[in-house]
Amino acid sequence: MTTTPDTGAMDNSPSLWLTFWEIIRSYPLLHYLFRRLGLALLTLVGIVVVAFFLTSVLPGNPAVVRAGPLANEERIQKYEKEMGLDRPLAVQFGDYVIHLGQGNLGESWTSRRPVQDELKERLPATAELGIAAFVATLAISLPLGILAAVYSGTAIDWAIRLFATFGASVALFWLALICIHLFYYKWHIAPPPLDRLTIGIDEPPNVTGFFTIDSLLAGDIDTFRDALNHLWLPALTLAFVVSAPMTKMIRAAMLDVLDKDFIRTARAVGVPFRQIILVDALRNAFIPVLTTSGIVFGYLVAGNVIVERVFSWAGIGQYVWQALDVNNLNAVRGFILLIATVYILLNLVIDLLYSLIDPRIRLN
Amino acid sequence: MTEPLLAIENLYVTLIDDRGKSKTILQGVSFEIYPNEVMGLVGESGSGKSMTALALMGLLPHRAQIHSGRIWFGGQNLLALPKREFSALRGSQIAMIFQNPRAALNPLMRVGNQVARVVRLHQGLGKRAAYGKGLDLLQQAGITDTSIRARAYPHQLSGGMAQRVLIAMMLACQPRLLIADEPTTGLDVTIQAQIFELIKAIQVELGTTLLLITHDLGVVSEVCQRVAVMQAGKIQEVAAVADLFAHPQHPYTQHLMSTLLRVDRPANYRE
Amino acid sequence: MLRMLLRHFTLLLGSAILMGFIAVAWVGPDQMKYEPEKVSRNTYEKPSPEYRFGTDKFGRDILTRVVYATRLDLRIAMTVAVVSFVVGSVIGAIVGYYGGRLDSILMRGVDILFAFPAFLLAMVITGVLGDSEKNVITAVTIAYIPYFVRLTRGQMLTVRTLQYADAAISIGNPSWRVILIHLLPNTLTPSLIQMSMVAGWAILDTAGLAFLGLGITSPTAEWGVMISDGAQRITTGEWWMWLYPGAALVLAAFAFNLIGDGLRNLLRLQ
Repeated sequence: MTTTPDTGAMDNSPSLWLTFWEIIRSYPLLHYLFRRLGLALLTLVGIVVVAFFLTSVLPGNPAVVRAGPLANEERIQKYEKEMGLDRPLAVQFGDYVIHLGQGNLGESWTSRRPVQDELKERLPATAELGIAAFVATLAISLPLGILAAVYSGTAIDWAIRLFATFGASVALFWLALICIHLFYYKWHIAPPPLDRLTIGIDEPPNVTGFFTIDSLLAGDIDTFRDALNHLWLPALTLAFVVSAPMTKMIRAAMLDVLDKDFIRTARAVGVPFRQIILVDALRNAFIPVLTTSGIVFGYLVAGNVIVERVFSWAGIGQYVWQALDVNNLNAVRGFILLIATVYILLNLVIDLLYSLIDPRIRLN
Repeated sequence: MTEPLLAIENLYVTLIDDRGKSKTILQGVSFEIYPNEVMGLVGESGSGKSMTALALMGLLPHRAQIHSGRIWFGGQNLLALPKREFSALRGSQIAMIFQNPRAALNPLMRVGNQVARVVRLHQGLGKRAAYGKGLDLLQQAGITDTSIRARAYPHQLSGGMAQRVLIAMMLACQPRLLIADEPTTGLDVTIQAQIFELIKAIQVELGTTLLLITHDLGVVSEVCQRVAVMQAGKIQEVAAVADLFAHPQHPYTQHLMSTLLRVDRPANYRE
Repeated sequence: MLRMLLRHFTLLLGSAILMGFIAVAWVGPDQMKYEPEKVSRNTYEKPSPEYRFGTDKFGRDILTRVVYATRLDLRIAMTVAVVSFVVGSVIGAIVGYYGGRLDSILMRGVDILFAFPAFLLAMVITGVLGDSEKNVITAVTIAYIPYFVRLTRGQMLTVRTLQYADAAISIGNPSWRVILIHLLPNTLTPSLIQMSMVAGWAILDTAGLAFLGLGITSPTAEWGVMISDGAQRITTGEWWMWLYPGAALVLAAFAFNLIGDGLRNLLRLQ
């Protein structure tokens, strides 16, 4: 990870701030965290600007959409006024930023509810699916990536690489249809692809928002079973596609590490092969894999939107899809900000993890 | 003389490059090493010294294939052994230290743990006892303040220090044959001398047989008893060190000696 | 020897599949006996000698639609790949050459775009722009331009320090000539590989957007649209509606990916 030192901007600040900054600097971890957070904030500001103008400047008038195809000019103007679209763009943007500062993402133009409330309701569904898919991805790609690297150049390696290339080419929505056709329509192993629970089964009391966890917390085995029953197929579908790039990354990182001198040393002093692979090589290979996990996150989120659509999964992917359909701009912007924030936080966590794993990285 | 500890017979190794072309890098290498002796293997880089050593260890890279030949060690042909049995010999019977010692240690593991791991593997001690033994070995390898140094990561050590850690690992292995491949490349000259002294001392103390790979005839004259001269994948000459320096037989040896004696370059000059 | 054959096998297989698709796109539509959007009374027909791939809910011949869609999807994917390559490379070359403030601002912008999966970016842009072929192309192109900007910029940073850059400047070439004629061509190898990958992603993205009802929409014959039509019948078992267009789509993306992998190996770059 590259972090550019960015202290020049502090020069003309008041002296109190300077003293504060000096104290911070004397603690490497704090200093690092502050700088990273500052950088993250800067990126986030950029994303707010991009998200706002990208959705506003491009043609397409939400008021027209909302007024419907039969509306006259008068009605459209009325809606424009109501939604604040008649004001100059700069004013709209200032308004948006001020609201944002208050933790307000604006009103959804379809439901008339605050966007942040709606996102909050739907995020757990997406997170549950995404995390389950990620765990499955690791379960698939770790062994495959390791096998391909250890048996590099052999038929095993070739087959795994072919799988990875193929996985990168599979259209997720098509794969999802195949899975549903086989597991639901043909074999009746999976429930119909309709949301997270069978109709008639009540949601478990909300603690984490993850139905599998909440139902267990409530001691409700039937609901747990039903939630899990609905979860596994979309999660595996998503995992299959995400495994492709992940396997490639793990293979490449392992190949790189296996070529290193210290692996040769470990072999030369008689460390068992299994231990070399699982302890020495894997831990070292983790570092490059970690730095690229942003890509995996991208695959997971983008994939989620499609999987949620096919399985009628009531997450934020479905939410933004519905919002785009009717030019519900605040909802779309809220979604963009949410994803970007999670992505930035994730990168921060990765960097910290990175410094935990690798003693060569000191936090400054 | 007694039975050789190790005998290489007619070893041919081919290397397949990225384009799929193969090149024979060892062309019928043969020589013997006797128990308790220090044998030198000299030659320029690319002459096949390291490949010979890796073949002995069964650690040739994927792209290299043993074409033919035999390696006799302790009465059995290593090349005919099942993989598993060959692996069992590594560390316990034959061990090897490499050039570039800092890269030869796992960067994510404290050096004390790396030594302790080898102790556990070969001496069957418990975790705690192995760590204590590891500290002793580090001290034996000439490291002071072992309890502090053992907590360091390889990147925090100097090259010489890292090589001492590796030597401590060899001490834990107690191999019958120790191969040292350019163990001082990249180290300061004064440190080089110290490391050689240490290796020599350990060889005497443990009664280990040592195969020292180097391009430096000066080192050979100080440390080794016998020497094999290698060029272009072939052994050109094998002789006792004293004989070799007195009457180099092969033109290539003579050439090597002349570069050694040139005054316009430092003695440890390398290209 | 076997390794070498396999390596080129990847490239050869990918090219062969792609050639097949191009041939279908070129002459295929003229060979069809049905019209892609012509409805008939034979709805939901199973695959048969009359309708090789069956028919959909309006009795349209799926084979005909898949063939017509090939032309459309390939056209979109290739346009996206070429345009994003050209625009991205030029931008990347310019910022890489001049460096400085422009570079740092622009690269920060690129970082921001990278914080967002390309598919989602394309989805938002298409959603806002509205549905048309041109808009999908624009949206997906914008999503992939940053890839080429980053790649070319990185290459440019190394190339501009080489001697022939100085030589080209010293004999009095204007900057734009130095950048475009002398330096840019030397940075393009990785971008060519990337272009093949982007074509693969673009075809998946276009169909994915269409599947979500964005960009290309019904009744146009497009793979994603057809799969979306089929998805509505997923619980009643009319598998041919989505299986064939999906197979075509995946095979096309596979071809682009194989070519990308093959090229990478051929040019030995990673």
